[in-house]
Amino acid sequence: MAQYDVVIIGGGPGGYNAAIRAGQLGMKVACVEGRGVLGGTCLNVGCMPSKALLHASEMFTAAKGEFATLGIEVEPKLNLLQMMKQKDDSVTALTKGIEFLFKKNKVDYVRGWGRIAGPGKVVVKGEDGAESTLEAKNIVIATGSEPMPLPGVTVDQKRIVDSTGALSLPEVPKSLVVIGAGIIGLELGSVWRRLGAEVTVVEFLPRICPGMDEETAKTFQRSLTKQGFKFELGAKVTGAKAGKSGVELTVEPVEGGETRTLKADYVLVAIGRRTFTKDLGLDTVGIVPDKRGVIETDHFKTSAAGVWAIGDVIHGPMLAHKAEEDAVACIELIAGKAGHVDYNLVPSVVYTAPEVAWVGKTEEQLKADGVEYKVGKFPFTANSRAKINHETDGFAKVLADARTDRILGVHMVGPQVGEMIGEYCVAMAFAAASEDVARVCHPHPTRSEAGRQAAMGVEGWTMQA
Amino acid sequence: MTDIMTPALGESVTEATVASWKKKPGEAVKKDEILVELETDKVSLEVASPSDGVLESISANDGDTVTPGAVLGVVSAGSGAAAAPAKAAEPAPAAKAETPKAEAPKAETPKPAAPAKADDRPLAPSVQRIATETGLDTSKVSGTGKDGRITKGDALAALEDRAKAPAPAPAPAAPRATHEREERVRMTRLRQTIARRLKEAQSNAAMLTTFNEVDMSAVMALRSQYKDVFEKSHGVKLGFMSFFVAACVAALKAVPEVNAEIDGQDLIYKNHYDIGVAVGTDKGLVVPVVRDADAMSLADVEKAIGALGRKARDGHLAIEDMQGGTFTISNGGVYGSLMSTPILNAPQSGILGMHKIQERPMVVNGQVVVRPMMYLALSYDHRVVDGQGAVTFLVKVKEAIEDPQRLLLDV
Repeated sequence: MAQYDVVIIGGGPGGYNAAIRAGQLGMKVACVEGRGVLGGTCLNVGCMPSKALLHASEMFTAAKGEFATLGIEVEPKLNLLQMMKQKDDSVTALTKGIEFLFKKNKVDYVRGWGRIAGPGKVVVKGEDGAESTLEAKNIVIATGSEPMPLPGVTVDQKRIVDSTGALSLPEVPKSLVVIGAGIIGLELGSVWRRLGAEVTVVEFLPRICPGMDEETAKTFQRSLTKQGFKFELGAKVTGAKAGKSGVELTVEPVEGGETRTLKADYVLVAIGRRTFTKDLGLDTVGIVPDKRGVIETDHFKTSAAGVWAIGDVIHGPMLAHKAEEDAVACIELIAGKAGHVDYNLVPSVVYTAPEVAWVGKTEEQLKADGVEYKVGKFPFTANSRAKINHETDGFAKVLADARTDRILGVHMVGPQVGEMIGEYCVAMAFAAASEDVARVCHPHPTRSEAGRQAAMGVEGWTMQA
Repeated sequence: MTDIMTPALGESVTEATVASWKKKPGEAVKKDEILVELETDKVSLEVASPSDGVLESISANDGDTVTPGAVLGVVSAGSGAAAAPAKAAEPAPAAKAETPKAEAPKAETPKPAAPAKADDRPLAPSVQRIATETGLDTSKVSGTGKDGRITKGDALAALEDRAKAPAPAPAPAAPRATHEREERVRMTRLRQTIARRLKEAQSNAAMLTTFNEVDMSAVMALRSQYKDVFEKSHGVKLGFMSFFVAACVAALKAVPEVNAEIDGQDLIYKNHYDIGVAVGTDKGLVVPVVRDADAMSLADVEKAIGALGRKARDGHLAIEDMQGGTFTISNGGVYGSLMSTPILNAPQSGILGMHKIQERPMVVNGQVVVRPMMYLALSYDHRVVDGQGAVTFLVKVKEAIEDPQRLLLDV
């Protein structure tokens, strides 16, 4: 029986980063993954392939439209097969990269589905069905999440797909209905919209992207509408009939009213994700997830001695980078170090065009908390780089405490703002004031200047708008 | 290369202003030669060269604020050739002979205590700006940011505290424009301290002044009778101040609350009589203290006052010379004041104002006679001293001055 300091169940961003960190700290560590490849949802059916398609489809759109205004005349033709292949190639290269990192950090990669079998024991069922047992001083649950099903709308991955299916549709749909106006739905909707699909987004709530700063969400929605998105907000999908060539959805207003039928070639169900702890043997150590399936932890420690949990299976946003933070902190705590994650500083990014990125509190949260704050806002129309690149949708907005000027939240919608939010993550981690950012030299001409000008705006000295 | 360090400035003194450099960079200097004069809240002090050589550089210019241990400049081991021409420019040897002895130990002390690199972490841009604009001493601000860094909020809160607490130099929100025929001059640190402490005393104490007048005939007669013999035997002139010090000590013994101070909810009665004597200097008013005045003869008091006065005028008063007084005497009379209401020297509870001696018609035994009269004022903290006590105090002083034999008999 193999003996380990740490056995990690799950090889996604939480699991593989935990394994690497444990290896770095000199622990004997194994990472159990049953998918056949490392990287979890993120690398295989999430962030990475979706970004591959987002990038490719954005290039396609540019070639079709913007190129001509730049004086480049082409007649682009879509090769969906090649687009999918380059996506798969990138994904494969990335997953192989993790295997290399495992070797480098002396992590045992154990292939098979792992389950807890009482304290300190993890049973792994290999691809051939044979079971082996790992003994572990510490077990880390990093099994992640899966798409949330919608009652009445059965995902068949043919006509009715979830996020996984939407990453490899065999054709560009003429029409696509996206159920759920969250990040995943809007990203994948964008991919197919750019490739030519009529996209209708049906959302239960009266707004898109719940949790996003409302003003930001409104601006974002306007941009998407300009791109041809249709939105049906405050609408509930109550049933779906999948035929050979399409789907008929029954939709009714949440506030009550006429039931309608929506027809589409394909339907993407993207109403959220739920924890994945199926067949994990939690009962063998007495762990009972709450009614949403979340495992309660105290700084990653579960109720069972020697069992830890990180990433999507515990509280907090279901994001790869959050799982990665959990992973490092959890392993460091196991190693007796001071692991800590500030969940207020976990940024969110929507990788559409324009992108949306934010960190910290929204205006709505600050109002609800009764915090007095000041706002500094700067539009990309006034940013020289954005102007030159014909990408002027959106703004950067900085929210800071009215008294101390400490930055409380930053919200951006605009070109590549996902790359800009990191600056504010660092600033906020150091409890920076808006003035601290406002007084730091930024390169010209860059979009990052918009972030600085917004910071200046908090104390009323925005100079370029 | 040797750093010229800011010496320890005395208890409760945290910063000094560079008043003036006596040497320019490039000039040759000798060990113990005075290089720069600093001003603190309480005194001005001189910093001597730590070694022979050449003044290499100046890092704190005139007007800059420095803290103990801060580097003022650098002296490099200079060549003899460089040192030679400077000799001509050296100050008078007499002054030189005096100062090194007094200053040398001070210059030594900071070395162990100097927290030269207390915190070499750079300040956040906003905190830097606030510190520069307001003179906030960031080393005194506790940081709540990552690893204890000072955030803008911390700096702003510290400023607020400073504004609430007596501020050494409350930053004017926006300095008004200076017009033609006006001149803007930065207050010296001493002036700022005087301003702050006087205002502090006014706002803290329940201050009230009571008056009386004293017939100076007896003391004047006594003085003229013994003037010469007194000076011969004690080497110091017999002035009026010693009589007033003695009279006040007697009065303080009779009305002990005037010699007390408030500390929170308690009163502290002092069984020692350390009398501050206000001395005007060209830089402002300072109040050196005559210690244990109750145990001194009149001659001792005169000598002590003389020595302190000289020190004050020469700017050599040490902080210790001005700390811990229990009562103060202020003599506006030397400038011709006939009547005034002095402000308390906090945390003391009483201050006697002496005034000009003026001949006035007085009625004595039913006859109008000309007498040299002086008005006396006692400002007191009514929280500690009752009206009766204050009046009694002043009457006691009056009686002792009008009939100095009482001092001898202790009645």
